[in-house]
Amino acid sequence: MSAPARRGAPPLAAIRAIALNTFREAIRDRILYLLLVFSLILIGLSRLLSLLTVGNEEKIIKDVGLSAISVFGVLTAVFVGVSLVFKEIERKTVYTLLANPVRRWQFVVGKFGGLLAVLAMNLSLMALALFSILLVRGESPWPLLPAILLILVELVMVTAFALLFSSLTNPVLAALLTASIYIVGHLTWSLQLLKEKMPESAGRWLCDVFYVLLPNLDRLNFKAQAVQGIAPAPGTLSLALIYGVGYSILVLALACLAFERKDFV
Amino acid sequence: MNVDVEHQPARPADVESTDRLDPGLEPAIAIQGLSKSFPGHLGIGRKRAVCGLDLEVRPGEILGLLGPNGAGKTTTMKMLLALLRPDQGSIRLLGRAPSDPAARARVGFLPENPYFYTYLTAQEFLDFYARLQGLTAGERKTVVPRTLERVGLAGQENLALRKFSKGMLQRVGLAQAIQHDPDLVILDEPMSGLDPLGRREVRDLILSLREAGKTVLFSSHILQDVEMICDRVAILVEGRLRSSGRLEELIENKVRSFEVSVRGVAPEQLPATLLSRDADHCLLDVADVAGLSRLLAVVQEQGGEVTSVFPRRNTLEDLFLQEVRAAGGRS
Repeated sequence: MSAPARRGAPPLAAIRAIALNTFREAIRDRILYLLLVFSLILIGLSRLLSLLTVGNEEKIIKDVGLSAISVFGVLTAVFVGVSLVFKEIERKTVYTLLANPVRRWQFVVGKFGGLLAVLAMNLSLMALALFSILLVRGESPWPLLPAILLILVELVMVTAFALLFSSLTNPVLAALLTASIYIVGHLTWSLQLLKEKMPESAGRWLCDVFYVLLPNLDRLNFKAQAVQGIAPAPGTLSLALIYGVGYSILVLALACLAFERKDFV
Repeated sequence: MNVDVEHQPARPADVESTDRLDPGLEPAIAIQGLSKSFPGHLGIGRKRAVCGLDLEVRPGEILGLLGPNGAGKTTTMKMLLALLRPDQGSIRLLGRAPSDPAARARVGFLPENPYFYTYLTAQEFLDFYARLQGLTAGERKTVVPRTLERVGLAGQENLALRKFSKGMLQRVGLAQAIQHDPDLVILDEPMSGLDPLGRREVRDLILSLREAGKTVLFSSHILQDVEMICDRVAILVEGRLRSSGRLEELIENKVRSFEVSVRGVAPEQLPATLLSRDADHCLLDVADVAGLSRLLAVVQEQGGEVTSVFPRRNTLEDLFLQEVRAAGGRS
């Protein structure tokens, strides 16, 4: 065999190859389709729910549709995110992968990129289903776009946590921790309430620390406004995007560090 | 990885080594004072996997790494590929630290009992690894089918790996390890799970790598394969190097004893150790040529007949068992 190349892939090429492989693995996994079908059914049923419920039909369709997109997106991020990295370690495919001229951070970023592509594809399909229902009813779906964009950013954050936890622990614990972060992320506002009710003490300081450190996913929640047809205030969307993307990069960097220190026994 | 040696364990005095690398010739692999331990059961204590290992693999040679289960062979290979961090010691892989991707770009690796991405076809699988190895689209187009042909998988390129037999998976694993034309190939139990024909093909492939000037480090439990293809062997027992060197020098290719088959004489009257007997024959063992001459003379005197004389030479298995026993391991 003649010598073709022995230099290793450029960093971006290695990341792209790993991301493509991750995407390929996810879209050939039945769990993904199961989640997708359930979400599409629920979005389809939102029309039926609107008929059975007292209230504005349009708002109910939008509300149920956006909630379905968010919940099934998060479920995909948690379960597919955690399992994809764990499978690489458990089935030892990571041995041959990292024995190649690939740096560990490239592996983590590649996995992250592949998962994001899967989530973006799922989100697009779910959004398409919701938009189709609204268009058929002669209603404009476009006011929902900012909310859907921020759901994607929320999923980016959840995926970063899924990767971090699956680099540190087993998949069950990683899934539980990621789901916990999602729940806590929607409750961080309560820390401020708690702080106000506490006497002047270290407890108040701790409330502030946790409020800053824990992800505040409510900053990315524009669903209620979107359903009401209210556009985000100028700059609010950009700030939310910067917060979500910046936080995700930090968590991803931690995941890279955790993976860097890992021994593959 | 190039961990500084802080408390490098002394090289065990009983390590048998029959060779030294020529000064000035950079080894393909240079390991010095390598140690690794893992947390014990329930995190109590530490279990030593590799202890003070010194080993060199020369460019262009095939070195067989032998040892019973748990001897530290796989742990050593993982440290070579930066999958594990050593506690102590240093490793140079083609003159660089294993953590340097430029070193690993020139290395091919097949792990023990490989499990690959079963949702990929053989072509997709090799293409994925070829991308990581830095092959361009044009190179991948020619290299992938050529490598599949080389490992006997031509015509299977569009078959998903989940439909591959164990032997086929081993071959496709070998293909990813060699397709980028590495200078050093590290194979962990490459013959595992293969039928005799498959083993022969892997042996031939390893020999062809040597012919092409490549260096091969491989571990195997099949001593016959090691004897057939290795230039040198290294025997690890309980994480320590027990013996290393050229095979023919280590096993001292000389007659160890003679097995003599005799009939027509009561074995109790003969100057030899009885190994077995049946109605007509008895099988005897004599230690050297002088003993053989004495035995032949006594058999002739007593009117018996020698039906065969078989010289017993040292084998790699003898050496292997001897080293394992000497280390107090199972045998």
